[in-house]
Amino acid sequence: MSALLAAVSADSDQFVAQNVFFGVIALLMIVSALKVVTTSNVVHAALWLVLVLAGAAAQFILLGSEFVAVTQVLVYIGAVVVLFLFGVMLTRASMGDDETAAGEKRVMAAVVAGLLLAVMSVALIDTFADDRVVIDEPQLVSTVADSIFSQYIVPFEAVSVLLLAALIGSIVVARKD
Amino acid sequence: MMTLAELAYWQSTSLRVVGGLAAVLLMAGTLVYLHLFKLVSFMQSRLGPMETGPYGSLQLLAEVGKFLQKEDIFPRKADRFVFAAAPFVVLMSTFLLVVVVPGGPDAWFIDSDLGIYLAMAVSSVSVIGILMAGWGSANKYSLMGGLRATGQLIAYELPLILAVVGVVIQAGTMNMQGIVLAQADGEIFGWGAIGNPFILTQFVGLAVFLIAMQAELTQSPFDMPVAESELVTGYMTEYSGMRFLLFFIGEFATAGVFSAIAAVLFLGGWYVPGIDSDSNAFNVIGPLVMLGKVVFVSFLVFWARFTFPRFREDQLQRLAWKFLIPIALVNIVATGILKVAF
Repeated sequence: MSALLAAVSADSDQFVAQNVFFGVIALLMIVSALKVVTTSNVVHAALWLVLVLAGAAAQFILLGSEFVAVTQVLVYIGAVVVLFLFGVMLTRASMGDDETAAGEKRVMAAVVAGLLLAVMSVALIDTFADDRVVIDEPQLVSTVADSIFSQYIVPFEAVSVLLLAALIGSIVVARKD
Repeated sequence: MMTLAELAYWQSTSLRVVGGLAAVLLMAGTLVYLHLFKLVSFMQSRLGPMETGPYGSLQLLAEVGKFLQKEDIFPRKADRFVFAAAPFVVLMSTFLLVVVVPGGPDAWFIDSDLGIYLAMAVSSVSVIGILMAGWGSANKYSLMGGLRATGQLIAYELPLILAVVGVVIQAGTMNMQGIVLAQADGEIFGWGAIGNPFILTQFVGLAVFLIAMQAELTQSPFDMPVAESELVTGYMTEYSGMRFLLFFIGEFATAGVFSAIAAVLFLGGWYVPGIDSDSNAFNVIGPLVMLGKVVFVSFLVFWARFTFPRFREDQLQRLAWKFLIPIALVNIVATGILKVAF
């Protein structure tokens, strides 16, 4: 334990408490993420997913990005998971374990997840290598707003148009006549 | 004189934890006694509780004692953990919501840059608790109540947030203290005697906010999720004793917190005209001013609750999507144009 603490505090430009809480939250997220894929009850899986996403929001707060953290709660917990649960409960709200939930699709899912992990790890390690995240103070909302509406205005508008196209597409698909 | 800001971090944090508990529990108690016991009684030409304590004011403690004595019942087929955890998720959302409400220049829980955005985010977490309660009860009426509540809460979250955007544009900040100060130090065409409470310029936003708030609180006329004549009490059907009490406290405390947020956004928060806005006096009278404004706004909520009949499910959805959201969008555009023009 003391060796661990020494290694953590050797990171002189980071806070000890921050690193310890990063580990605690990361552990909670990993356990919850494993539960999401191993539980055979769809509603339980969605509720475990809430914990994973809340952990991600907590990690953003540790990095001083409060705006991103709150957006994570608003969009993913408040909207995406609620829509998951809403859909599951409208269609099949069986109480016990759902035998049809998994099956042979599990292998394919594991392969895809492994590939995704590999690609993202390589990309992140290749890009940032030994760089440190510098956290002087919490990021202000005005900083986020300024960068979205000046530096990143083109990607932002492109994403908006993409979302609009997806919305119109979903209406077209859902219409029967 | 020592101000709250000069205390050590742990001292001010302990004070704020106590303050948060008081804000949630006392506010819920005040609203239940003043409005649910007395206001509705007077509207129906009766006295309400009169036996326990002066004017029946200790009736609340008697009710809490009654709930605490009741047996903690689980339905046999219920999902025990989800069923047991649901009231805590709902109450957690209320406690997270109360931290953004300021009570004075130094009497705040958190002075975050995000303010009202944080409030809107954490208020949406309660939907998860309601769905957990509805599904975990293993009861079709509970499930239908939970689904109705979710559909309603999703539909009315949009006009609620869009109504807030007008205020944020006018104040130029999402910080709750900043919104209070923008109103306290504002001027109406150069006349600054009463500041510029946003009820004068954002009255459209206030109307949309109050209607959407009524629906978010699932109070009549938006009480389709707990419609007692068709769903018993919706997602709360299987709950009794302590867990029902938690839902009950959550319901009324959230009504109080949303009233407080409306008071901050549109009525000037802890500020009253006539005293300088950075005066230390507001740390003492500010919370009392807030309480007065909360009681006033929540009076409007309960007045509507006891006056109007229930909306049908389709009328309720149509009101949100075809009426409130377009009005709120027009309000945002008009506010933006006027903000640039003046």
